[in-house]
Amino acid sequence: MTAPEIPLPLPVPTPTTQKFWDGTKQHKILLPKTADGQVFFYPRVLAPGTLDEPVEWVEASGKGTVYSFTVDRRGTASAFRAKVPYVIVIVELEEGPRMTSNMVDCAIEDVKIGMPVEAVFEDVSEEITLVKFRPS
Amino acid sequence: MRDVVVLGAGLHRFGRFPDKSLPDLGREAIENALDDSGVPFKDIEVAYVGRVLAGMGAGLSVVSEMGRTGIPVINIEMACGSSTSAFREAYLSVATGVYDTALVVGFEKMQRGLIQIADQKSYQTVMGLAVMPASYALQARRYMADHGATAEMFGQVSVKSHRNGALNPYAQYQTAVTLDDVMNSRSIADPVTLLQCSPTTDGAAAVVICAASKAAQYKSGRLAHVAGWATGSGKYEPTGDSAEGEADTGEIGRLVAMAWERAGLGPEDVDVTQVHDAFAPGEIFSIEGLGLVPVGEGAQAVWDGRTEIDGDIPVNTDGGLLSRGHPIGATGCAMVTEIVRQLTGEAGPRQVKGGDAHVGLIQNAGIGGMNILVLTS
Repeated sequence: MTAPEIPLPLPVPTPTTQKFWDGTKQHKILLPKTADGQVFFYPRVLAPGTLDEPVEWVEASGKGTVYSFTVDRRGTASAFRAKVPYVIVIVELEEGPRMTSNMVDCAIEDVKIGMPVEAVFEDVSEEITLVKFRPS
Repeated sequence: MRDVVVLGAGLHRFGRFPDKSLPDLGREAIENALDDSGVPFKDIEVAYVGRVLAGMGAGLSVVSEMGRTGIPVINIEMACGSSTSAFREAYLSVATGVYDTALVVGFEKMQRGLIQIADQKSYQTVMGLAVMPASYALQARRYMADHGATAEMFGQVSVKSHRNGALNPYAQYQTAVTLDDVMNSRSIADPVTLLQCSPTTDGAAAVVICAASKAAQYKSGRLAHVAGWATGSGKYEPTGDSAEGEADTGEIGRLVAMAWERAGLGPEDVDVTQVHDAFAPGEIFSIEGLGLVPVGEGAQAVWDGRTEIDGDIPVNTDGGLLSRGHPIGATGCAMVTEIVRQLTGEAGPRQVKGGDAHVGLIQNAGIGGMNILVLTS
């Protein structure tokens, strides 16, 4: 008898992040940008470092390189324990910001720092699409 | 601000004590600290308590074990940094002249397994990314790429810590391990293996502080003074964001600079150090952030034995979080205890510099901030 599958938790968009999640639904990565041109991730009220307010959203290319990665072999929440091992990756986007995500379509032993990657979009519910990365 | 001394410190052994209650653990630590200080409990004017997982009012239930003298008992929580936060509040209350004597207590009873951060539906949490060892692992992997370090260098931190823990009768783990043991233990989040993760722990630690001008009636001889401190809650910086895979040495550096300014000392003066090695890479990032070694040279320093008890920058002489154990609310007071023992020449087989240690540095991180303390003798 197999244990019942535990559903993965999903993001709950907030007024600050709604635009980002609207973007992923359309398979786009939208990043907040300040008047001085600072583009950042994750979406928040003030930009890190400068504390400037974002004034617009810009579409990222979805391309980047692996900044760092690890293989989670333990899982924290029970829902993720069923998925181990999985790759946690920090991708440095072409536009500059770094985005934490998962690596897909790639053998664990093939993930390397500096490897080029591109975004893929995983429609996990009617409301939520997650951004993952694969080798490009 | 008045000069403040740490008159006494004491622990309940760290480990797993399913048959003991929090008051059982806390009472023993408090009794040991009071005995060490020479201060009778009736002279304690205020108690600050660091604790995280215990329920409401836990501070009072533990301190009441000593008797109900009507003093204020203040509960403080900053995750793994809770009892250095309690220490800081106690210190400020004595340094500013409100009280002459204060008791600081930290305690915890923990479950096995990975600890959970508050249930926030953050981007990282919902994608299975908010895993504490994974955060250190991401920084470690990038550090290896940037500085040519090896996974074994991180493993060596744990070898050193367990060697020290074997000399500490209060440590959870008192058995030395080999580098092979560490590297061949189960992988948790590459390159971090099981023996590079601090355990969950039951334990308690307590410290008695006193205005230096009032200390003579309780204790004479070599005393540890509070020379410097700094506390912060993290700051948006253009670089050095641990959430983005960089070792967060910038925040440690920002705070330790404040502590050095208050103490009128610098990293070159340090004889012995306690850092927050919740996971083995933490020791390397911390000694770099504290300025004990240049950024990028911490792993090599550990590999070369410089952080050993007989090295030039001894770190976590009591076994650290990795081997002494990490009952999160008690860890900060345990760090203070070890530094006090070192600065008063009472560290026994763990003693650094033949007892000629006069400047001790403490870095204790928690979710929500970090505390730096400088003690001198």
